[in-house]
Amino acid sequence: MTLIKTEINRRSFLKVSAAGSAGIMIGFNWLASCTSPGEAISIPEEWFNINAFITIADNGEVTILSPNPEIGQNVKTSMPLIVAEELDVDWGMVKVEQAGLDTDNFRRQLAGGSQSIRQGWQSLRMAGAAARRLLMEAAAKKWQVSIADLSTDKGQITNNKTGDTIGYGEIATEAVSIPIPEEIELKDPKDFKLIGKGVKNVDAPKIVTGQPLFGIDYMEDGATIAMIEHPPAFGMKLKSLDAEEAKAMPGIKDVFTIDTTVGEPQWSDVNAFNELVVITGESTWQVMKAKKKLKILWEQDTPAESSADHAKKLVDAMSQKGEVAREDGNPAKASQSAAKVVDRTFSAPFLAHNTLEPMNFFANVTAEKATLVGPIQTPEYLRKSVSSLLGMAEENITIDMTRMGGGFGRRLYGHFGVEAVAISKKIGGPVKLMYKREDDLTQGTYRPAYRVNYKAALDDSGQLIAFQAKGAGIPGSPLFQDRFPAGTVDNFKVENINIDTNISTGAWRAPRSNFVAGAEQAFLDEVAEAAGKDPIDFRLELFDRALSNPVGDRNDYDAARYAGVLKLVREKSGWDNKPAGVFRGVSAYYCHNSYVAQVVDVVKDGNDLKLQKVWCAVDCGIVVNKEGAINQIEGGIVDGIGHTMYSQVNFNQGAPVQNNFDQYRLIRHTEAPPEIEVFFVENGIDPTGLGEPSLPPIAAAVANAMYQATGKRWYHQPFMLAEQEEMIEVG
Amino acid sequence: MAAFTIKVNGKKHQLDVDSDTPILWVLRDHLKLVGTKYGCGIAQCGACTIHLDGNSIRSCSIPISAVGDKEVTTIEGLSENGDHPVQQAWLEHDVPQCGYCQAGQIMNAAAFLDKNPNPSSGEIATAMNGNICRCGTYTRINKAIQTAAKNS
Repeated sequence: MTLIKTEINRRSFLKVSAAGSAGIMIGFNWLASCTSPGEAISIPEEWFNINAFITIADNGEVTILSPNPEIGQNVKTSMPLIVAEELDVDWGMVKVEQAGLDTDNFRRQLAGGSQSIRQGWQSLRMAGAAARRLLMEAAAKKWQVSIADLSTDKGQITNNKTGDTIGYGEIATEAVSIPIPEEIELKDPKDFKLIGKGVKNVDAPKIVTGQPLFGIDYMEDGATIAMIEHPPAFGMKLKSLDAEEAKAMPGIKDVFTIDTTVGEPQWSDVNAFNELVVITGESTWQVMKAKKKLKILWEQDTPAESSADHAKKLVDAMSQKGEVAREDGNPAKASQSAAKVVDRTFSAPFLAHNTLEPMNFFANVTAEKATLVGPIQTPEYLRKSVSSLLGMAEENITIDMTRMGGGFGRRLYGHFGVEAVAISKKIGGPVKLMYKREDDLTQGTYRPAYRVNYKAALDDSGQLIAFQAKGAGIPGSPLFQDRFPAGTVDNFKVENINIDTNISTGAWRAPRSNFVAGAEQAFLDEVAEAAGKDPIDFRLELFDRALSNPVGDRNDYDAARYAGVLKLVREKSGWDNKPAGVFRGVSAYYCHNSYVAQVVDVVKDGNDLKLQKVWCAVDCGIVVNKEGAINQIEGGIVDGIGHTMYSQVNFNQGAPVQNNFDQYRLIRHTEAPPEIEVFFVENGIDPTGLGEPSLPPIAAAVANAMYQATGKRWYHQPFMLAEQEEMIEVG
Repeated sequence: MAAFTIKVNGKKHQLDVDSDTPILWVLRDHLKLVGTKYGCGIAQCGACTIHLDGNSIRSCSIPISAVGDKEVTTIEGLSENGDHPVQQAWLEHDVPQCGYCQAGQIMNAAAFLDKNPNPSSGEIATAMNGNICRCGTYTRINKAIQTAAKNS
C-alpha cells in the first residue's frame, strides 16, 4: 500500500454535495456503452458527486468522467479504468462520460506526447482512492466501527467482523459530507483487479452502431454550415474576391472574409493562412457546390517553395557546418585512424496527418459568451486563443470535446476552432465549420521534411569508436543529441541545421522520432554488418558500454530497459533460429518514456516482397489496459509502415501537389502485416506512453528486413517512391 | 430542388433536395443519420460506405437521383439491436481506435460476407482494400471478419 498526500489536485475533491436529480446530468444515457449486455439495472433516483471524477447513483452505478480528449488512443477507457481500480468497483457498473474543459478540476486536459496516462496516473488513482476512503468512513460511522475493520470489493463495503455489507450507492449520500483526509492509501499494484487485464473500448458499442460521437456529427438546430477557402499555395494571400456567382447559388446565405490572427498567440496557434474566404449556407452539399463558384484572386506574399528547392537545400545542408548540440571526445580524429567508416544519408518528405475526420468545429458566439463543441487535442489553449480573438474572458468560453476521428498531432493546432468562432461572431449565430478533405490536406501543419547524415567509425576488431550525426529539417533538425547511441561511444557528435520555410509544420505522431528512429536504426544495421556482428548483439554491446561505463551524464535513456526489449524480442521471435525463406530485420527505439523493439519478417512472393509478421516487445511500465495497449501498438506499427512506404506531400510553387487520397497514398488493408504479436516487459514501473512509441522504429525494421531479402538498402522515404528521390539527388 | 421518396433502413422518407446531392449528405444533413461518415468525397476512403439493395456503395459519390426505389441501408439500420455478426465480431476483437472509419468498414464487410460467406484472410484483405483505416486497425478488422464469417 502506498500513502500519498491528497494535496495534488485537491480542488478536484471539493465535493459538490448530493446532485439530487437528473438535472445536472445532461446527456446521460442510461444502459449505454459500459453496461454488460443482458444486465438490467434499475434507473436510479439520486446521484451523489463524490468528487470531480466520480458520481455514484443510489443503485450503485458509478459514472466516471474521463478528463482528456479522446483521439483514438483509448484514454476514454483507460483513464476511468484507473479511477475504477482504486475506487474498487465492478467495471460493469461503471459508465464513462467525457468531461468538458474544466481547468478548475482537471489538470492537463490535452492529448499529446503520449502523456495522458503517465501524467494522469497519480491523480486518477487518487481520485478513486479518495472516494473509496470517504465511502468507507461513511460506512464506519454508520456502523460505529473502525475503518480498519472494513474492506471493499466490487462497489461493496463489508464489515469483516459482522459480515454486514453495504453498497456504495446506499452509503453515498452520507459520504458526501465526510471531510477529505490528509492522506490516502493507494493499492499495492499486486492487488490490482482491473489494471493489467483488458476491458473493451467504452465507446465501441456506439461506434459499431453509428451513433453520433464525433465533432462532425455535432449539430444544433438553426446552425449555419460554413466552409473556408484558403490560399492554394503557401506564400500566397488574398487579393480580391468576387462572390456574386457563388452567392446566387441555391441555399447560400453569405460569402465574406475573416481574419483569424490571434493577438496573443499560443504555441498551438500554427496557421499559414489567417485571412480566409468563408461561404455559408443551409446544407453541406449546397455550400460545397457553391464554393467552386467563388472567384478569388490570390497574390504572392512570400516566395513560393517547390520540392526541388527543398531537396537541394537539404542536400546542401549536409555539407555545411551545423550547430553542435553535443560533442564527446574527438570523432573526426578517431575516424582518421579507423579500420572502416560507414557514411550514409537518409531522408523523408513532408507528411500530412490526414485524420480521417476532416477539421471541423461548432461555435456559437453571443455578446456574453462563446460555446464551442468539437474535436480538439488542446482545448485549454484553444480557449486562450478564442479569448484573445474575441477579447472575452476565458470564464465565459466553454469548450466540450467530442470524440475525434483521429488526431496524430493535427488537432493540437486549433485554428479551425478559432475560425468557427470568427465566423459565428460575424454572422451573429451558431455555425458548423466543415473542411473539405482538400481544404484539410492542403492547409499545412505538416511533418517537416528531413535529411540526416551518419558517419560511424569502427576499429579493426569491429568496435564502434566514433559516431557522428548531422541533421537538417525544413524546419528544425530531427536529431536528439542525448539519445542512444550517445553515451555508448567515446567520440560522438551531433550537429543540427535549420532550414526556414513558409509552409506551416507541426507535431506529427512521435515528432522527429518518426523519422530519425528509422534512419538511425537502419544505419546501425549497416554498421553492425560492417563490424561483422549480429545486429542485436551489436546493439547489446553498446548498451553494455552504456551500463558499465557511460560517456557523459545526460544520456536520455535507461540502457538496461532498452536492452531488455531487444532481448525480449530476440527470444520471442526466435531470432537465433530464423525459419527458412523468412528475411528479418530488427530495430529498437526509446521515445515518450517507453522502449520498443521490433522484428519484421518478410517473405518473397514471386518478385514481390510481403510483410508476413511483426514481433514487438514493449516496456511501458505497468500496462493499464492490455487490449487497448496492444491495439495502439499495432496501429503505430501499421501507421509507421504506411508512411515509410507510401506517403508524401510535394510542392509545386508553394502548392501542395497531393490534395486527396487519390494522390496522397495511405496504407491499405492488403499492405498491412497480417500478423502483429506484442510482448510486454513486466516490471511494475509506473506507466509511460503508448500512443506513439511503436511507430518510430518500424521503418528501420522493415528496411533492414527488405535488405536481407533484396540486398538493397533503403535510405529515402517513401521507400516505394525512392527512385524519385535518387533522381533528384543525381540531377 | 426536386422531390424524392427514398427508403432508408426500411422507412420511407420524402425529401426536397437538389437532385445531384450525394446520398451521404442526404443521410447526414437531411435525415440526421450521421453514422455514415465523410472522409474524402471522391470514393477513395470508404468511410461513407452504405448498402444499396445489399450492395456496398460509396454514398459520397452517388446522387440521390440514382437511388430510385432501391433500398438504402446504413450502419444505423444494419441490425435492429447492434447485433449483426459483423458488429458483434467488431466488439469481440475490440477493433476501433478512433472509430471514424469503422461504420464504413463494417458495412463493406457485411456486404462482402453476404457474397462470400467463407473468405480467406487474403480475400478479406482484397475486398476491404477500398476502406482506409488511418489508425491502422487492419489486422484486427481482418480477424473480426473471419470471426463474423464463422458466426454467421
